[in-house]
Parts: sequence; structure tokens; C-alpha cells
Amino acid sequence: MIEFRDVHKRFGDKVVLAGFSLEIRDGETMVVVGYSGGGKSVALKHIVGLLEPDSGEVVVDGETVHELDRAQLTALRARIGYVFQFAALLDSMTVRDNITLGLRRQGLPEGEQHDRVAEALALVDLPGTEERYPAELSGGMRKRVGIARAIALRPRYILYDEPTTGLDPVTAAVIDRLMVRTRERLGTTSVIVTHDMRSAYTVGDRIAMLYRGAIRQVGTVEQIQRSHDPVVRQFIEGRPEGVTDAEQAFAGTAG
Amino acid sequence: MPIALFIAAFTGIVLALQASYTFTGAVPLYFVGTLVGKTVMLELGPVLTGLALAGRVGANIAAELGTMRVTEQVDALETLAYDPIAYLAVPRVLAATLMFPIIVALAMVMGVTSGWLTAVNLLDLSTVEFVRGLKLFYQFKDIWFGLVKSMSFGLLISLIGCMKGLSVSRGAESVGRATTDAVVLSAMMILVLDAFWAIVLL
Repeated sequence: MIEFRDVHKRFGDKVVLAGFSLEIRDGETMVVVGYSGGGKSVALKHIVGLLEPDSGEVVVDGETVHELDRAQLTALRARIGYVFQFAALLDSMTVRDNITLGLRRQGLPEGEQHDRVAEALALVDLPGTEERYPAELSGGMRKRVGIARAIALRPRYILYDEPTTGLDPVTAAVIDRLMVRTRERLGTTSVIVTHDMRSAYTVGDRIAMLYRGAIRQVGTVEQIQRSHDPVVRQFIEGRPEGVTDAEQAFAGTAG
Repeated sequence: MPIALFIAAFTGIVLALQASYTFTGAVPLYFVGTLVGKTVMLELGPVLTGLALAGRVGANIAAELGTMRVTEQVDALETLAYDPIAYLAVPRVLAATLMFPIIVALAMVMGVTSGWLTAVNLLDLSTVEFVRGLKLFYQFKDIWFGLVKSMSFGLLISLIGCMKGLSVSRGAESVGRATTDAVVLSAMMILVLDAFWAIVLL
């Protein structure tokens, strides 16, 4: 289980998270939605200890992330697959080397690494791309390799940072299907950060709306769709009225 | 490497010609060999190569690591349980520290050779006389002093490059700034370190 407990985070004058609390239950797919620049990715980075909260805590499997020592943090990260917004593949390495990076770190024998790479690439429908370099792949393919790199570790949790942003609708739908498939085959708990509501409805068990640094509402897909909260309604319907809020969020003044 | 050799070759030529110009009449011409040898080994070989490599290697490291930071590749390494310092910085720093003296040694050879060729072809000096001048005040220390210096420059340039690259926060602008900072800071620190070694070791 992943738990955010009253997390506060600011960068300089910009308050990004202000009392952010959220519980992600084992086995579920939690989608965190909110305005661009509103701190969704920042929240995600707290789970793997890439960022530390100014106050509050993030607890994963009963361990407070920012209190872990280096070895414990390494062990925690081995249980978590992270899919970055732009895939963040190491561009000096082939697809195979990118995927084996984490496996080698876990000390897996070479034969098994080989099998895992093939299995992960098959799961994301990219078999045979092992020897290609990231620069030779399209944006959508890179994202899928990013997902393959995360699932090759057979993690307990997978965190997706804007998995469908910047993709055409068909490729986005392919990624959605992959996320559902990953969960079905591997039984992972997922946290997906996105502002793509179509994607949120497709893959999410529960949806949490992040607004001004805190959770505005959290509920099942149906509950969110039937929400009476004007802020939530405006966001999920993508209405431009009352844009000041959106603009403020964008400019970062509202967090 | 080509840059270092290019610089050394022309430095050797200029040194030989300027020495002969300065010495005219007052100092025996074979001192051209002494001046070229000492200057190239002690000072110009290491420092000019260092400055050139600050622009070449330091900028390269800062820009590469900075771009990796911006594109979240550094974060990705961390989430895959790698320590970015150990994985990205240490090999670069080690490589630069070990390779710089080798490049500088070759630059020294190139500088002295071009000085010798200039002396023989353009000045009224024979090979025997040039070598006599070269040997005159030569000590083994001249060489290792230059090499120790260049090792420290390699360490410095790569450390600054890694530091500036990994501290990039966001965006292309930040990568550009980190790269410029790395080159400027390295160049300044090379001169400071050069003075430091002169005070401590000479």
C-alpha cells in the first residue's frame, strides 16, 4: 500500500503540494488527475524518493520513504517500476541494454535477463526491437519500451507519469490497453498521473483529483463522473468557463 | 587529442621564433632549445592543453549530463537503483584524470618536435645545438611536474563538468548555462591550480 500523509512541498516560492493525502490500495489502479503543472508528477516522485517532502510523509508498505537509508531505498525502488513522461530511455544504450539495466542491478543471471527482455517486449507488442537505439523509435514506441523496462523488473507497483500525453489518439489507446494488460497479467498496483480523462476512465479503478496542492475529490470512476463539485466538473468536462482557476494553476500561483 | 597536438605544434613554432628574436646577439642561440623545452614541459603543454580540453571535455560532460538530467534519464537511473554519481560521474572523472597526462605527454613531444623543426629550418641552428640547449638545464622534474599538473587539471575539469551537468534543473536554457559555467569555471580554476602547483612544487 502507498500512502501520502499530509505531504507539503514547495520549490522556492511556488507551493506545489499543500496537505496532499491519498491512499493507494493494493491491487488497484489509481489515476491522479489535475491541471498541468499542478504537482501530479511531483507527488509521484515522492513515492520513489526522487523528491523529499518538506513536511508530512509518504509510506510504502509500512516504510516511510524519506527516512530510508540508501540500501533500504534501493530495495524499495526494486519493487517499483517507474514509467517516465518521455520514457527517459538512456539514449546511449540499445533497447535491450535499457531494459536489462535494472535486471543487472538485481543480479539476475544473464539467461534470465534475456528471457525477461523478450517477455517484456512481447507484452508491449514490440518484439525484435532489442538492438535498436531510442533515437530510432517513435515517441509511442519509446513509451512502450519505457513500460517494458518497468515491467521487466516484475514490480509490485508501477507508476506512470503522463503515459498518453503527446500521443495520437490511437497510440494513446494502445498505451491504455497495455496498462490494463500489465495489471491483468502481473497483478501490479498502479498509480497513473494524467490529465487525459478518456484514459483515466478507461484504466482507472479510482480517480483522485489534485487541485491546489491537495486532493479535491477521490472516488470510483462512476463517482467522479457523477460529481457535483464544480471544480471537478469543470475539469472532467474540459469547460473553459472560470478559466482563472486553470490559469492560476498553470502559472503555478495556485499550486 | 587533435586539438591538443595542433595547439602544441604551433606553440612550439612560435616559441622557437620568439626565443631567437629575444636572444638576438645577447644570448647564445642554442638557448632556444632550453626555452622551448622548459616552457612546453612546465607550462604551455599542460596549461594550453588543459584550457582546450576544458572547452572540449568539460563542456561535453556538462552538456551530456545536463541533457540526461532534463530528459529524466538521471531520475530513471535512480529509480532503477543506480547511484548516478557512481554510474555517471565516477567513470568520467577517472577516465579524464588518467587520460589527461597521456594527451599532455604527447602534446609535449609535439611541442618540442615542432620547436626543433622550426629551429633547424628557419633559424640558423643545428640539431646538435638545439639538443644541447634542450639538455642544458633539463631535470626529470620538468616532465613529471607537467604531468602531475595535467592530472590535476583532468580531475578538475571532469569534476566541474559532472557537478554542473548534474545540477541542471530544467530546460535547454539551463543546459546551456551549465555548459558555459563549466567551461568558464574550469578555465579559471586551471590557472589558479597552475599557480598553486608552481608555489608548492617548484
